[in-house]
Amino acid sequence: MRKKNLHGWLYLLPAILFLGCFMVYPLVDVLIYSLEEGYNFASQEMFGVGFYNYSYVLHDPYFLQAVKNTFILVMITVPLSTGIALLISVALSSIKRLRHWFQTVYFLPYVTNTLAVGLVFMILFKKTAYTDGLVNLMINWFGGPSVDFIDGPYWAKMFVLCFYTIWVVMPFKILILTSALASVNPDYYKAARIDGTSKWRTFTRITLPMISPMLFYLIITGFIGAFKAYSDAVALFGTNLNAAGMNTIVGYVYDMLYGDSGGYPSYASAAALILFAIVFTITCINLLISKKSVHH
Amino acid sequence: MGKQNQYTQIEKRAVRQEIIRKSFTYLLLGFWMLLVLFPFYWMLLTSVKGYGAYNSEYIPAFFTLAPTLENYVQVFENASLGTYFINTTIFTLATTAIMLVVIIPAAFAFARIDFKGKNLVFALLLSLMMIPNELVVITNYVTITDLDLRNTFTGLILPSVTSVFYIYLLKENFEQIPLELYKAAKVDGTSDWKYLWKVMIPISMPTIVTITILKVIECWNSYVWPRLVTDEESMYLVSNGIQAIRENGFGRENIPAMMAAVVVVSVPLIVIFLIFRKKIMEGVSRGGTKG
Amino acid sequence: MKVVLENLTKRYQSGNKKNGGEVLAVRDFNYEIPDGKLVGLLGPSGCGKSTTLNLICGLENPTEGKIYFGEDDVTDLPPENRGVGMVFQNYALYPHLTVKQNILFPLQNLKGKDRPTKEEMNEKALEAARLVQLEELMDRKPKELSGGQQQRVAIARALVKRPRVLLLDEPLSNLDARLRLQTREEIRRIQRETGITTVFVTHDQEEAMSISDEIVVMQAGVVQQIGKPQTVYDDPKNLFVAKFLGTPSINLFDGKIQGGKLWIGEETVMDVVLSDRPVTVGIRPEGFVLSAQGAMTCKLIRVEVMGRDVSIVSSHSACQAAQLRSIILSENKVDEDAETVRFDLKPGKVFLFDTETGDRIEVEAHA
Repeated sequence: MRKKNLHGWLYLLPAILFLGCFMVYPLVDVLIYSLEEGYNFASQEMFGVGFYNYSYVLHDPYFLQAVKNTFILVMITVPLSTGIALLISVALSSIKRLRHWFQTVYFLPYVTNTLAVGLVFMILFKKTAYTDGLVNLMINWFGGPSVDFIDGPYWAKMFVLCFYTIWVVMPFKILILTSALASVNPDYYKAARIDGTSKWRTFTRITLPMISPMLFYLIITGFIGAFKAYSDAVALFGTNLNAAGMNTIVGYVYDMLYGDSGGYPSYASAAALILFAIVFTITCINLLISKKSVHH
Repeated sequence: MGKQNQYTQIEKRAVRQEIIRKSFTYLLLGFWMLLVLFPFYWMLLTSVKGYGAYNSEYIPAFFTLAPTLENYVQVFENASLGTYFINTTIFTLATTAIMLVVIIPAAFAFARIDFKGKNLVFALLLSLMMIPNELVVITNYVTITDLDLRNTFTGLILPSVTSVFYIYLLKENFEQIPLELYKAAKVDGTSDWKYLWKVMIPISMPTIVTITILKVIECWNSYVWPRLVTDEESMYLVSNGIQAIRENGFGRENIPAMMAAVVVVSVPLIVIFLIFRKKIMEGVSRGGTKG
Repeated sequence: MKVVLENLTKRYQSGNKKNGGEVLAVRDFNYEIPDGKLVGLLGPSGCGKSTTLNLICGLENPTEGKIYFGEDDVTDLPPENRGVGMVFQNYALYPHLTVKQNILFPLQNLKGKDRPTKEEMNEKALEAARLVQLEELMDRKPKELSGGQQQRVAIARALVKRPRVLLLDEPLSNLDARLRLQTREEIRRIQRETGITTVFVTHDQEEAMSISDEIVVMQAGVVQQIGKPQTVYDDPKNLFVAKFLGTPSINLFDGKIQGGKLWIGEETVMDVVLSDRPVTVGIRPEGFVLSAQGAMTCKLIRVEVMGRDVSIVSSHSACQAAQLRSIILSENKVDEDAETVRFDLKPGKVFLFDTETGDRIEVEAHA
C-alpha cells in the first residue's frame, strides 16, 4: 500500500510542482504583497504592513477611471451580447439550408488573434489626416457628422470598445446557445405546434426555460470575462490606456506592474484583489439569482 | 362550403407568415455574417493595396484593381515578423507538449490510482479553477524577473504550462473508460505506466486532441504574459509583435503593411480552424472560454 | 369524426442518387378510418407508420393525396387548426411545468372568443385529469411521476382541448411489461369513454391486436392489409402479414402442389384443388394436431410445458427455419423420449403463398 501511495504521488509530481510554483505560491504571495506598504521592487525594501496599498489604489483617479470603464463595459456588453447571441442562435436553429456555413463563419472571431483583428477595427473607425475611415463614411451617407472613434470623445471610444468586445465574445455564446437549443427534444416543439402554441409563447414558455441553465452559465462566465477585459482595449487604443482614458481594471494591474508607470507590485496586488472581490461578489449574486429562476 | 373557404384562408395565411419569417431569419443571419466577415475582407483588401494608392483614397475603396504583394514582402523584410513567427511556434509547441506531459499522468492518477490524500488534493485542484489569472501573474512576473529569466523561452513557457481545467477535463474522460479494463490489465500483470500508454491514451485520443488544439489557440493568441516578460524584440511573440508594429512600426501610418502583418498572423489559426472545425467547436462547447 | 386518407403519398428528398434522390415513405395510402374507432398502424420500424401519423396531424405535408376530417379537406392545414391531440413516444411533457400546468398548456394557447375563462380552464383540466385518474397528482412535476403516470398526463394534455382525432405514437414502448398491459387497457377505456377517433402507431403486433378495432399492417411504405385484428390474423393476404402477426410466429415450409395434393418434403399433408406448382406453406403453431398416424413427420427436439399449453419444438427438412414450433393443449401426452413426432394439420391454419410474390393463394384445402 505504501508503494501504491508513492506511485500515485509520483504521477502527480510534475503537476503539483508546476501548480505549486505558479499558482499556489503566487496566490499566497499576492496577499502578502498587497499588505506590504511602500514596497520597492528595485531595492526590495518596505516600511510597514497594513492596508495603505488598498487605500492608495482606491484613491487613484486612474483606478477609479478604470473601474468606471470596466463597469460600463460589463453592463453594456454582457446583456447585449447574450441577447444578440440568443436571437442569432434561435434564427440559426430554425433553418436548415446554409446552417453549417453560417455556424462556421460565426465562429471565426474565436480563433483570431484579438490584438491583430483589433487593428482592423481601429483602422475602420479611426479618423486620420488622410481619411475619416470607413465607418465615418457610412455615417456621412446617412447624413451624420464624422466622429473620431479612437482619439475622440469618451462615448465614441466606449462605443468602439463595446462593439469590438461584443464581436469577440459572440462566437462562444452563439456556439453554446445553438448547442443548448439543439439539445431540446424536438418533440416538445411538435407537441406545442399541435396544441397551436404561438411562436412567441413557445419561445418564452418552452425554449427559454429549457435552455435557462446554459443561459445562466453564459451570463456568469460573461460577467467574469468582461470584468477581465484588457487586450481588446489595448488593440484599439494602444498600450498607454491611462492616457487614452480607456484603461480597465486588469489594465491598471498590469500598468502598475510593468511599463512606463510600473514597478509597484504591491499596488498591482491590491488592485487585483479588489477586482477578485468584485468578480466574486457579482458571481455569487448571479448564482443566487440563477438558483431561484433556473429550472431543473 | 364556408368552412372549406375558411380553411383555404388559414392555409394561405400560414404560408405567407412562413415566408415572412424565413426572410427575416435569413436577413438577420446574413447581416451578422457580413459583420463577422467584413473585418476579414477589409484586412485582406487593405493588405494588397499599394501604400500610395491607400493613402490617396480619401473615401476608402471597397475593392482594388491593382493588387500588390509588396506589403507582405515589406513586412518580412522590415519588421521581424519571421522572428515573431518562429518564437510563437516554439512557444506554442513547447508549452503544449510540456502541458500534455504534465497533465496526462496527473489525470491518470486522479482517475485510476488509489492513494492517500487523493481526494484532498483533488478538492484543492478544483478550488484552484476559480482563481483568476490576474492574481497569480503578479508574483509570477516577480519570480521570473528574480530568476533572471526575462526574455527567455523558459520564462515564457513555464508559467503558461499549468492548466487545471484540462486536468479536470481529461480526468473525467479517463473515468469513462470502464474500470474493468484496468482490472483486467492488472490481472494480466500490466504496469500502470504501460496501461496508460497502451490503453488510456489511445482511447482518450479525441479528448487529448481537443485539449491540444485549444491550448495551441490559447498559446498562439496569448498577449499579456509575453508582454510582461519580454522587452527585447527578438523574443516577441506575434501578438506583441503586432502591438509593436502598431505603436511604432512602418513610420506609424503604413496601414497596408500593418494589415499584411495582421493577415500573416491570422492565417495559421484560421487554417487550423478550417481543418479541425468540428473538433474545435465541440471542444469549445465542452468547456472552453476565450483564452 | 371519420378520417379519410386518399391516395396519400409522401416522398422525401435524399442525398442518395441511386434511388433517384428520393425515398418513398408512404405510397398511395387509401383508407377511411371509421368514426369513433381505435385504429392501430402496425409495422416494423421504417415502414412509414410514423410518417402517416405525422401526415394526419399536420406536422408533415403529403407529396400527393388528400386527408379529410369528416367532410373537411385538411390536407394543407397547419396542425394547430386541425383539432388533433397527439401523445408522443417520450410523452414530451414540459419538465419545468407541473402536471396541471402541462394539461392547461393547450388551453392557454387559445385566443379570442375560443379562449375559456380561468375557471373553465381549471374545470376542463380537472375533467381531463379525472378521465386518466390523475387528479391527485396535479401539483407534481413530470420527473416525480412513474412512466405510466407520465403517459397518462400526456394523454390528458392531448384530450383537454377535445380534439377531433387523437393520435398516439408508440404509446407503450417506454413502459415495462407489467405497466404495458395495464396502460393498454387504460387507453382502450379512455377511448371508449370519449368516443374520439384514435389512431396509434406501434411495432408490437400483440399490442395492436389486443386493443384495436382495426389494424393496418404496413411494410416499406405500402399498406399490406387492413381489417379487424382477428380477420387479418386468420386471413393474411400475403407472407409478410402472416409472418408479422402472431407469437410464436408462423412456421414456413417449402412445399409443392402435385396431383391435387400438398407436399411438404416427402409427405402429402393435404388435398388441394390447385394446379401443380411450388408453394410456400405457412402453418400457425396452433394449426398442428398431435396424431400417431399424422400426415407430417418431424424430428422431436424438446417439449416445453407452459401450463395450459404444451409447446413442441421439432425440426423438419423442408422447414425454412432450423426449428418449428407447434402448440397443443396440455391434455395431449407427448412422449419426450421419442425420436419423431407426427401431426395432422388444421386446414384453417394452413396458408399457401406464391413462392415468387409472397401473395396468398386462396384455395380450399382438406385434410
